[in-house]
Amino acid sequence: MLSDGHEVSVVDETPEAIALLERGQDRSWEELGGSFTVGTALEIDALLEAGIERADAFVASTDGDNTNLIIAQVAQRRFHVPKVVVRVLDPARASWYREQGLSTICPTQTAIELLTDAVREAARQHERVG
Amino acid sequence: MLIVGAGKVGWNLARELDDRGHELLVVESSQGRYATVEEELQHAVQYGDGSELWVLERAGIQRADMVIAVTGDDEDNILISQVAREKYGVERVIARCNNPRNLQHFDLLGIKPVVSATDLILRLIEHEVPKYGPLHLLDLPQESLEIIELDVADDSVAAGSQVQELGLPDGSLVISILRDGSGFVPTGDSVIEAGDEVLLVLDPGLEPRVTPCFTSPAERAA
Repeated sequence: MLSDGHEVSVVDETPEAIALLERGQDRSWEELGGSFTVGTALEIDALLEAGIERADAFVASTDGDNTNLIIAQVAQRRFHVPKVVVRVLDPARASWYREQGLSTICPTQTAIELLTDAVREAARQHERVG
Repeated sequence: MLIVGAGKVGWNLARELDDRGHELLVVESSQGRYATVEEELQHAVQYGDGSELWVLERAGIQRADMVIAVTGDDEDNILISQVAREKYGVERVIARCNNPRNLQHFDLLGIKPVVSATDLILRLIEHEVPKYGPLHLLDLPQESLEIIELDVADDSVAAGSQVQELGLPDGSLVISILRDGSGFVPTGDSVIEAGDEVLLVLDPGLEPRVTPCFTSPAERAA
C-alpha cells in the first residue's frame, strides 16, 4: 500500500515487527513514509496515536480471528472508518460476520476454493483426454 | 445453561450452579484444564474452543437459555457473547471482562451485563479504605442513576439539619443514614448529625451540587 502511494500506519504489539516491514528495502519504514505504533489492537490509545480518526481504511489482520473481528467492529462503529477489512481464518465465523455486514477475508476459504478448482480442472482435462 | 471457559471463575461457577441443581455444560479449550475439570464435573464438560461455532453448536447453544462467557480472553468473551445473542438468539448472556480497559468494547458492542472482577475489587477497596469526600458506590447507566456515599463534616450545612431543610436539588434523595454502626431510612424531618454517613441516589451530574451541603466550608475553600 505504501509503494502505491498511500499513507500507511501499522500497529503491532512487538516493536521488532518493524523489521519485517523493512525487509528487502534499502531505507527504513519511516524513511519510506510509513508510520509504526507499538500497541495491542484493543488499546484505544495506540489506535489514536496511529491515526485511526483520520483513516479512510482499516485492516484487521492480527493472528487472532476474534481480536480481528472485535477490533474491526470498533473501527467501524466507534471511529466510523469508511472501509474496514478483516482477516478471519475460520470459514464459519468469516461467513456469519460477512452476513452481519463486515468485509471478511477468509484465506482458508480462498485456499479451499483454489484447491478444489485446481482439482476440478484436472478432472475435466482427464475426462477430455480419456 | 452454557459456561464457556473452565478457568478458576468458570469452574467454581459451574460447581456452585451444579450444587443448586442447574443443568449446565462447561466448554474448555485447554486439554490439560479440561482433564482436571472433567474428573469432577464429568459429562458436564466438553473439550473445544468455545469461539468456534461448531463447538458451541455441539454444546447445544441453540437450546441454552443462558450463556456465560468467562474465558481469560476478553476478545473471546465478546465474540462468544455476540454470536450467542445475535446468531443463536440466547436470551441471557453474561460476560466476564478481564481487563477493565476493555469494558468500553463490551459496551460499544452492546454486551451486557459484564462482570469485571478487577473493577468490583477496586470498588470494594474504595469503599473499605476510608477517605473523605463523596464515594461513588454504584453507577447505573441503564437506569441513569448514581448512588454516592458522603461523610457529614462537623461544620457542614447538613450537620444538625433536617433532611427537608437541606434544599437538595430535584433528582436527589437521601436513602439512608449510617450512624454508630447502624443505618436507617430517613424521613424529611430526620436530623442529620456530624459524623453520619449518608447514602444518596442521584440523577447523573448532580453530585457537584449535592456535595457542598455535607462538606465543611473550609474544605470547600481548599
